[in-house]
Amino acid sequence: MNLTANSFIKFYGSSIGKKVIVALTGLALIGFLLGHMIGNLKIFAGPDKINGYAAWLHSMPSILWIARIGLIVCFVLHIYTTIRLVLENRSAKGNRYVANATVKASGASRAMVWSGIIILSFVIYHILHFTVRVGNDYDGYIDASGRHDVFRMLVDGFSWWPASTFYIISMALLCWHLSHGFASVFQTLGLRTERTWGLIKTIGYAYSLIIFIGNCSIPVSILAGWISY
Amino acid sequence: MKLTLKVWRQHDASSEGKIETYEANDIPQEASFLEMLDIVNNEIIENGGDPIAFDHDCREGICGTCSLTINGVPHGKESAITTCQLHMRKFSDGDTIFIEPFRAKAFPVIRDLVVDRSSFDRIIESGGYVSIRTGSAVDANSMPIQKDTADTAFDAATCIGCGACVAACKNASAMLFVSAKVKHLNSLPQGLPEKDKRVLKMVEQMDKEGFGNCTNQYECEAVCPKSIKSEFISELNRQYATATVKKAIG
Ligand code: HEM
Ligand code: FES
Repeated sequence: MNLTANSFIKFYGSSIGKKVIVALTGLALIGFLLGHMIGNLKIFAGPDKINGYAAWLHSMPSILWIARIGLIVCFVLHIYTTIRLVLENRSAKGNRYVANATVKASGASRAMVWSGIIILSFVIYHILHFTVRVGNDYDGYIDASGRHDVFRMLVDGFSWWPASTFYIISMALLCWHLSHGFASVFQTLGLRTERTWGLIKTIGYAYSLIIFIGNCSIPVSILAGWISY
Repeated sequence: MKLTLKVWRQHDASSEGKIETYEANDIPQEASFLEMLDIVNNEIIENGGDPIAFDHDCREGICGTCSLTINGVPHGKESAITTCQLHMRKFSDGDTIFIEPFRAKAFPVIRDLVVDRSSFDRIIESGGYVSIRTGSAVDANSMPIQKDTADTAFDAATCIGCGACVAACKNASAMLFVSAKVKHLNSLPQGLPEKDKRVLKMVEQMDKEGFGNCTNQYECEAVCPKSIKSEFISELNRQYATATVKKAIG
């Protein structure tokens, strides 16, 4: 046990260990994003479907809380570890070049911290908006079957264009974060070869784009008046 | 050719460095980049000045001694060559060229453009070798090794340890260097018995030397004079994780 714990501490202390933690937590979050998006797309199937979906999630509070705690742990570990990596990297480089050049690194890979910070502020806003529901009377929205009326909450929430705009901008940055992050996971975990690399990158771009389009379709449809009550 | 050089001058590790400007006149196009510096240095010496210190040895791309970050790119922007193999015909008359040392905390400047790369030597000492006598060339020939394995090991072994990967990396990570050495030795039967120990020790030493963490940007691969692939880094990550797990469960 002691040996195992020691090995883990040493692993996390190492450069590669920290990277692996960022990759694993990033992968868990990537998986969550797809499930979350598919669930929310039920809004296009009408109030009954999305309200039923929400009621179903809340009908098993223990599982819901296990998932939530898992996500929070991943999110916190991801951010804490990346902050440590970034600080170590700044200090390892020391003096910058007077004539600085970039040969290959993508814009997305260089802006991971900035896209990450916007994602973080978005996640906080999003949870306060629709999960904790502060500042609005969303808790009082009940549908005909006595369930929480998620449909009406979403329509009202996204009808306010500043909120929708912030959602869309955040999704663009999330998409950008993933355009580097997705393939990066495979590099970090040692799950790629020269032959599979092209395919992994293509899947990563496609996945990022699907998450972007899927999530943005909801506020856009509401703003455009395609979804209303 | 007539060139304006903006060269990093620094007396020693503890003093502040700064860019100084030199006008280089009558540089032949056939000169290599290092020969161009030799010409400039001759003139500096004739005028009683202090010549620009820079590293060089074989001047044919095999020893890994020459360095220099030229206009922000280690070994210059031509791909797959060292600075000693770079020729002035790749520049245009009237160009301004920035020449700086390889920059990384783990590569402290000794003087001007010369940096101390002994951190790489200490990484090699930590595990970049095979502990037993592996015999002579004859013994190597008597040991059958698959062609593709031998080829990959050789590709990895072409690393000359110049440090351009570290210099190009925005995090001063030494992962491309370490991954090439690990891949080279861990692919071959002579290196296999010490596979896990090697990868754990070399990564530990790499971290101890103060190199940064890889963020998968592949600047290293783009500047490597020997075109070492970042695929090796991916494999190093996997071998390190596997070796850690194996050690943890005994
Ligand atoms: C839904 C949320 C998020 C997802 C799905 C996500 C996903 C990822 C993935 C997959 C990676 C690549 C891991 C690797 O290199 O192997 C990554 C890297 C990174 N993430 Fe996130 N991330 C999220 C949120 C955040 C937040 C909130 C921050 C910061 C404040 C952040 C900062 C970073 C940074 C700086 C890196 C680069 C680390 C490195 O390459 O060394 N991320 N992220
Ligand atoms: S001087 Fe030997 S590689 Fe350039």
